[in-house]
Amino acid sequence: MIAPALSSAPEGVLSVRDLTVSARSDQGLVPLVEGLSFDLARGETLAIAGESGSGKSITSLAIMGLLPVPAVRVTGGTIHLGQTELTSLPEARMQGLRGARIAMIFQEPMTALNPVMSIGRQLTEAIRAHDPVPMREARARALEALKAVRLSQPERRLEQYPHELSGGMRQRVMIAMAIALKPDVLIADEPTTALDVTVQREVLDLIRDLQRDLGTAVILITHDMGVVAEMADRVIVMQRGRVVESAATVDLFEAPREAYTRELLAAVPRIGGGPVRPPLAAQEVLMRYQDVSVRFPIRQGFMGRVSAQVHAVEHVSLEIFRGETLSLVGESGCGKSTMARALVGLVPHEGRIEVGGRALADLDSAGRKALRRDLQIVFQDPMAALDARMTVGELIREPLVIHGIGSPDEQKARVRDLLERVGLQVAAFNRYPHQFSGGQRQRICIARALALKPKLIVCDESVAALDVSIQAKVLDLLRDLQREMGVSFLFISHDMAVVENISDRVAVMYLGQIVEMGSHEQLFGNPQHPYTQRLLAAVPVPDPTRPRLAAARMAGDIPSPVWPIGQGPEPVRLTDIGGGHLVAG
Amino acid sequence: MTAAAPSATQGATPGAIGPAPRGPSVLRRLMGRKLALFGFLAILICVGGAVFADWLAPFDPDEQFFDGLTIEGAPMPPGPVYWFGTDLLGRDLLSRLLYGAQTSLIIGLVANGAALFIGTLVGVTAGYFRGITGTVLMRFTDLMMAFPALLLAICLAAIFQPSLWIVALVIAFVNWVQTARVVYTQTSSLAERDFIAAEKTLGAGHGRILFRHILPHLLPTLIVWGTLGISTTVLLEATLSFLGVGVQPPTPSWGNIIFENQTWFQAAPWLVFIPGAAILLLALAFNLVGDALRDILDPTQQGRD
Repeated sequence: MIAPALSSAPEGVLSVRDLTVSARSDQGLVPLVEGLSFDLARGETLAIAGESGSGKSITSLAIMGLLPVPAVRVTGGTIHLGQTELTSLPEARMQGLRGARIAMIFQEPMTALNPVMSIGRQLTEAIRAHDPVPMREARARALEALKAVRLSQPERRLEQYPHELSGGMRQRVMIAMAIALKPDVLIADEPTTALDVTVQREVLDLIRDLQRDLGTAVILITHDMGVVAEMADRVIVMQRGRVVESAATVDLFEAPREAYTRELLAAVPRIGGGPVRPPLAAQEVLMRYQDVSVRFPIRQGFMGRVSAQVHAVEHVSLEIFRGETLSLVGESGCGKSTMARALVGLVPHEGRIEVGGRALADLDSAGRKALRRDLQIVFQDPMAALDARMTVGELIREPLVIHGIGSPDEQKARVRDLLERVGLQVAAFNRYPHQFSGGQRQRICIARALALKPKLIVCDESVAALDVSIQAKVLDLLRDLQREMGVSFLFISHDMAVVENISDRVAVMYLGQIVEMGSHEQLFGNPQHPYTQRLLAAVPVPDPTRPRLAAARMAGDIPSPVWPIGQGPEPVRLTDIGGGHLVAG
Repeated sequence: MTAAAPSATQGATPGAIGPAPRGPSVLRRLMGRKLALFGFLAILICVGGAVFADWLAPFDPDEQFFDGLTIEGAPMPPGPVYWFGTDLLGRDLLSRLLYGAQTSLIIGLVANGAALFIGTLVGVTAGYFRGITGTVLMRFTDLMMAFPALLLAICLAAIFQPSLWIVALVIAFVNWVQTARVVYTQTSSLAERDFIAAEKTLGAGHGRILFRHILPHLLPTLIVWGTLGISTTVLLEATLSFLGVGVQPPTPSWGNIIFENQTWFQAAPWLVFIPGAAILLLALAFNLVGDALRDILDPTQQGRD
């Protein structure tokens, strides 16, 4: 399944032939990428798509000459940048090419920028490393690059440090740094995965515009088929280090040849693709937020005086009925996770949270412990949420031990049932979390949450860290569990497409307040609030034939939720526009 | 970046799992490592020497032999009668080393263990509960750190009648601060982790979280500090002895053997090198065993022996 050299482009800038990258291990060399070949023409965008472990990032590091040698190195094939062969190039000459002719942007801009250097210094240093121009000229070029990436107030940004910028702004700085020297090839490794959808939209637009203006060839590495559809001219689909399929984007989406590609495309959650959910019959309120606010004090000075407050959640009211899934969507920092943490008692709240008619604040410690049996949470990162030093059996059994349910033998039997129920082998009992894959670990967390037979499970971005095919399976599991056990879900997510697939009702949060709330049909069929519309429009659609809208570019960032003492954001008023569809007016 | 870790094959079916984890017992695995085995044997020899000193020692450790010194009054080099030679007072060095092992092991294990215990208690309490308690405890720790440890030890030792146990307590009292600092930092970062939040949402009490979840994660740190502390405490005891507030002569300890004889360092180097080597060997042995234990007890390290 070696990719044939596609579309003999007039002006090839990068040509990869039979590239094999191997890792050293006890069993000898293990290939991470095998027999990869492709050509990249000027101004073209090639997407390398695949799930984790497919070798797509290794490929980009190989091209950049950044492989962690000698543990991982190129063991076969060639990489030609123009006339230069890169795999055999000495490091000193590779340094000269890196940044100047091939540049790279990474997934997490905060870790890729130096936190103790100003943006201006980092940019000028990058420019002067390749082009020893005077400081003033380098600065002028840096400013020009910042303007090119449409950063507001570019002069001021030069003086700022990475932590003073938002995630989207930082990624723009990374792009500015990458294009400052007008490279031939730009490698973007998951450039928008760590960003919110609306910011992702802006960054993708920016990369596309820059490419058009500068004629840079782009290699886009991503797991998101929606991003592929919107950006790429051609796609290479990889799985476990091998090329599965390589085709023009339109062809690939229209008629995928390989089974794996079809699977991958089918697993992509898309808006409008969710199953039709029957309306719930019984309307028994299980949990209710009543005018709930969460504020975090910012302390300053020697005595720790509270100087300001972060208004994470502001006067939110909502309820969840028995057996329903309510989704809370919004972008990072909107307070959706804080809502969940207040519910499970990890952060203090103002207002009233009721579960099964009992207010959280009125409970004594025994009552709080009893409440845990009704209320469980599944976190985003299952590896972080599981104690790495306990076996899976102990972990799932622990809730039963804490609440003293059953004899040890009964507890073990229940753990085995739970393991089976979430689709794991009983043999998992004596193993440790690190021996499982991400999807399996999330199943362990779900089994753990189910052990106490709760009435409500909070899923805090529970599928966000998983590959799409795994994500789809975990969502299926959650749906099955709900049907069987009648459990309710408070499903917190930033991903509109995922939310669309699992929710009965949806609430959209912005800056700590709910701006729109309604049933699945109301919200997705007739979104009213501009923010909801913007969220929906920003979701990349896995359909390359769909016209790319010249979307309204909402530049600028979300305002700060930090307010001085005694002040706060304007409370929004929700009005019912019919059938319980609430919209901020 | 190693995308293809064998344990994390994302595409695998949900039920498929990696190799079986349960291996031989901890002791068996410890013995399976050459370095750990060496360390374990060295510890056994030290402990055996201390416990059976009465039988093993060829002479009385405090007896000054007439033929233990040369005509000029210099110590005897190692030979057929005095295997390790004699010290500046003509006492048999081997016997003094064996009896000294009793003192040094008590200091190294008891004093160091007590220091580790106090440090862990303070650090975990401050790091987990925070608030006023945490602030007070950590400011006290800072105060102790700023105070010259040796001066404090001398004061304490001068107040109490010096005896082996008092010296051990004094050493524990000045040595816990570093452990407390490190444990505090680690506990407070552990307490912020998701799995501790997950435990709280399950309804786990403080005791369970502290003993079942936080302490096991502190184990590697404690092992490292515990083994490092052995050499530090043995040497601190030697310093105290030298200053006259440690174990009282003629009771031997490895530290005070070195200090008593250091004036003879050039003429009779064995008097310093042999006890020095004993301290080094003990510290090294505990380090090797500690390292191995740390790896063996960490489930994520399995299969990397």
